Amino acid sequence: MTSGYLTSILLGTWLTFQVALGSLAVAVVMGLLGASAKLSAQPLLRAAGSTYSTVIRGIPDLVLMLLIFYGGQMGLNLLIESLGSDAYIDINPFMAGVLTLGFIYGAYMTETFRGAIMSIPKGQAEAGLAFGLGPLRVFLTIVLPQMVRLALPGFTNNWLVLLKSTALVSLLGLQDLTYLAKQAGAAARGTIPNAPLLFMAFAALLYLAISSISLVGLRVLERRYSAGLKVGKL
Amino acid sequence: MQFGVIFESQHLAMYLAGTGVALQLLLACLVLGGAAAIPLALMRVSAHRWLSAPVWLFTYVIRGTPLLIQLYIIYYGVAQLEWIQARWNDVWPWTAFKSAFFCAVLAFAINTCAYTVEMLAGAIRNTSAGEIEAAQAMGMSRWQTLWRVVLPSALRRTLPAYSNEVIMMLHSTSLASAVPAVLDITGVARSIYSKYYLPFEAFITAGLIYLTLTFVLVGLFRLAEGRWLAYLQPRAAG
Repeated sequence: MTSGYLTSILLGTWLTFQVALGSLAVAVVMGLLGASAKLSAQPLLRAAGSTYSTVIRGIPDLVLMLLIFYGGQMGLNLLIESLGSDAYIDINPFMAGVLTLGFIYGAYMTETFRGAIMSIPKGQAEAGLAFGLGPLRVFLTIVLPQMVRLALPGFTNNWLVLLKSTALVSLLGLQDLTYLAKQAGAAARGTIPNAPLLFMAFAALLYLAISSISLVGLRVLERRYSAGLKVGKL
Repeated sequence: MQFGVIFESQHLAMYLAGTGVALQLLLACLVLGGAAAIPLALMRVSAHRWLSAPVWLFTYVIRGTPLLIQLYIIYYGVAQLEWIQARWNDVWPWTAFKSAFFCAVLAFAINTCAYTVEMLAGAIRNTSAGEIEAAQAMGMSRWQTLWRVVLPSALRRTLPAYSNEVIMMLHSTSLASAVPAVLDITGVARSIYSKYYLPFEAFITAGLIYLTLTFVLVGLFRLAEGRWLAYLQPRAAG
């Protein structure tokens, strides 16, 4: 009986993992866009980038998620209605969760990437431009490989916070790890002693396992990207 | 957009009350978590394994799991234990577990305590050797050095990192709306949303309140840094 619940919670872990990785991908793209906007020569782009990173980081994730999930749903249907159709669209909560979390953590990534890009000597990009490479080529082949090392510590932090924030998608009705653990606890109350505590603690252990494993993985990555780096010793 | 609904007096009053609840949650968890963090940080930097290891485990577990799970563990897990429910009508302190507000404060306090311990322990470890040597040269004992030199200096140097933590905790109080019967800013927004089906108006108002509170906190910490950390500021030109 207990094992049935534990299996379903384990299945929820897979969904949590998908939400986390999906939103990480969105966040990296948003972060690169945000960082380029904030470092751009165009004042309008700079203002847009600053507004994005300041406003998003000043509002709780949960409020933004509720706003985008419920508001987005309503806005989309109003749009469809104004186009003369009476179809009703239900936003897929998985996509809503991934896009919202990605959008939020993109703001944090913006700051991480901006710092990393600024720490790369300007001469690097200028040399590339002087060789006749296009701006995109310069970014992809010269700036990006060097900024990975500088961005990794901040990236690791953001990833761990993002992973823990995925628990919030359970409040949108997505059946992730947290949601299933809560349901299992409620369903098994009375039949399994202290079920809510038991299943919640199991969920907590799973989160702890994911973050521990990813910490190890990211440390390997950090060592790889620091290859050949000269470290000054006092 | 129908922001008129938000500006009706009974709804403004709800948001105001929600702001009060959020600030109470924030203050209570910061005071409790901060007070517990100081002795724990001292244990964390201790050379004795059996003092530092339990604190390391505590901060590792708390910082590696979502706050929502911690809140559920307290509210649905611990508060529903038969042992506690047998006592929560008359035996102090277990009576407190009847209140959802207390459960939220407890979960938030434990959470912020773990993060504060690590910050403070880092600052204590980074105390410059000269400060400690000077204290020893003055003939201070271990505890005197700790109490008069290391702690005041470490607490000051924690300020910039702690301001981030306070803002994160302000945002975290929005999770209190996930347990029934706590109507903080987010809880008010959710109830107005479900009553009038006005997602934009309800949640944008909540977002603006949080944004304002965030800016106020940033300003307060800037003042605090000017007061207590002025000696580390870069020298003004000229």
